[in-house]
Amino acid sequence: MFEKIWNNHVIHSEEGKPSILYIDLHLVHEVTSPQAFEGLRMNGRKVRRPDLTFATMDHNVPTKDRFNISDPISKQQVDTLTNNCKEFGVKLYDLNTLDQGVVHVMGPELGLTHPGKTIVCGDSHTSTHGAFGALAFGIGTSEVEHVLATQCLQQAKPKTMEVRFVGKRPAGITAKDLILGLIAKYGTDFATGYVIEYTGEAIRGLTMEERMTVCNMSIEGGARAGLIAPDETTFNYLRGREYAPQGADFDRAVEQWKALATDEGAVYDRVVELDVTSLIPQVTWGTSPGMGTDITSTVPYPDQLPTENERKAAEKALEYMDLKPGTPMSEIPIDYVFIGSCTNGRIEDLRAAAKVAAGHKVSPNVTAIVVPGSGRVKLQAEKEGLDKIFTAAGFEWREAGCSMCLAMNPDVLQPGQRCASTSNRNFEGRQGRGGRTHLVSPEMAAAAAIKGKFTDVRNWEFKSEVTV
Amino acid sequence: MQPFIKETGLVAPVDRVNVDTDAIIPKQFLKRIERSGFGQFLFFEWRWDEKGNEIPEFSLNQPRYKGSSILISRANFGCGSSREHAPWAILDYGFKVVIAPSFADIFYNNCFKNGILPIKLSEEQVEELFQRTNANEGYKLTVDLENKAITDELGLRIEFDLDEHRRQFLLQGLDDIGLTLKHADAISAYEAKHQARLANSF
Ligand code: SF4
Repeated sequence: MFEKIWNNHVIHSEEGKPSILYIDLHLVHEVTSPQAFEGLRMNGRKVRRPDLTFATMDHNVPTKDRFNISDPISKQQVDTLTNNCKEFGVKLYDLNTLDQGVVHVMGPELGLTHPGKTIVCGDSHTSTHGAFGALAFGIGTSEVEHVLATQCLQQAKPKTMEVRFVGKRPAGITAKDLILGLIAKYGTDFATGYVIEYTGEAIRGLTMEERMTVCNMSIEGGARAGLIAPDETTFNYLRGREYAPQGADFDRAVEQWKALATDEGAVYDRVVELDVTSLIPQVTWGTSPGMGTDITSTVPYPDQLPTENERKAAEKALEYMDLKPGTPMSEIPIDYVFIGSCTNGRIEDLRAAAKVAAGHKVSPNVTAIVVPGSGRVKLQAEKEGLDKIFTAAGFEWREAGCSMCLAMNPDVLQPGQRCASTSNRNFEGRQGRGGRTHLVSPEMAAAAAIKGKFTDVRNWEFKSEVTV
Repeated sequence: MQPFIKETGLVAPVDRVNVDTDAIIPKQFLKRIERSGFGQFLFFEWRWDEKGNEIPEFSLNQPRYKGSSILISRANFGCGSSREHAPWAILDYGFKVVIAPSFADIFYNNCFKNGILPIKLSEEQVEELFQRTNANEGYKLTVDLENKAITDELGLRIEFDLDEHRRQFLLQGLDDIGLTLKHADAISAYEAKHQARLANSF
């Protein structure tokens, strides 16, 4: 599938030089774009295809009083995007529109993400869009400018890897557990230099949103991109969305999209497998997404790890995380819960978390916030009454944005605070200087908020049915 | 991008190994919206203490190095985060050439995208440059990209190596965008051929 998309977009290639690749969709946000637009201006260049370029603001946006950005530099970044979009004729979903949201939530929601497209954004989690069978990857600021000016990129061809999820997904195991389990097993650089294609029964059984969760974190395994072949699930998701082809066009598109699927017997440069039947809900214990384990397990002993590098890294991580080897994961108390981000800030994620939260109360020691991935997710959740369930349980219901995923807005952990987070990175200081992040699924995060510590959500006592 | 052909200028030393991009430009400045203007934050935490006072020992704060355009440093220069703000800060401060025994990959690539010439010399050659810089106030080098040579006014001459593709890139002041635009016809042809798909009508 990767080959087909790649070949379909190469405009020029020469031995020993990177290929020139056409880009079908360019998503833009406020942090990595200002210098790119400035570059265009300095060189008297225009945006070649404003019709293939879409912008939103997400990273800096406050989730409490969004029109009141107190940090003047954050505000300036947001205002600059507004002005740049106006000047260059780029469609912007700003804070006044319902469609504003985390860029990787917004794109699919609008139906902009199609199978077979090449999609880029100045953001590493662009891999999310691979869930539709698109070749989607993150780029740097010079490359943002390059795509704005030429609608192309110079790219060396990556290698391909099949990640095969073997077996049927057990009850209580989420898409987040699939991807966290994969990275815990193979590490954070097993896919460096590769584009992944996810296959297997467990993948086929995922909804579109669950597939996005998996593809989102491809980058945490080092991959440039992660793809899932499109099928009826994909087509059903896209049908009727604003930027999806309409009517007869849609049917013709589906015919083309079906042809993208990987041919029987296709050869990958590398194949790895993960048995999903034995998966258990995952929690990370360290400062890299690969430092994760089962909720039923314990904080590892660094000296039992196989290599010297891993031992050193684990020791350093445990020191930063203030955890003792041998502590059961289910006995780690937490201070904060963040439900949101481009990994787990979609409507299905919020439904799953609300179902756990319904009829319970957040532990008095815990601050818990729910940040919808986009304005549309927020509206839909409110229609379904999820906001009421959350607030009744003591969660704070916020406005859409990246929020505490990277804490560039005012939602920041204090030094030493420990957070159960549905986001994708647990690096030192990611959620605030000295803050400690544990990555989990939305269900696990909601349950942790209520218990005040991590708990196995498979044994959860659901209080009342959430009507959705 | 400005072509780079020849540069004669004052030399400033930053005598450390593993100068990382966090040191070159700390993360609190990534919120800025310009590509220019980062020079004032270059080596921020080495130039100023917590109270905002200049740290006089740091080379760039010394009057004799004011206005320099050639930076010399030690091995593994530019390691760490991939932020393009690092070469932006170096260029904006006024440096056009960085000389070191080795560079981190991404930083090295980013230099060319921004018209900075990074030159790799041997440890001994770099050491020689450090000694001459320290010994002679107002020490200048001339870096000649056409002839791939570095000279000073005291008779020193060092030849350096550079990938030919990259050399042409700088000499002609090309940028990636310029190179891609040479294929403008092919891009237009591609767009015409895929018009229906791009217009979402299939
Ligand atoms: S939600 Fe987090 S990972 Fe996603 S785009 Fe925003 S900051 Fe990046």
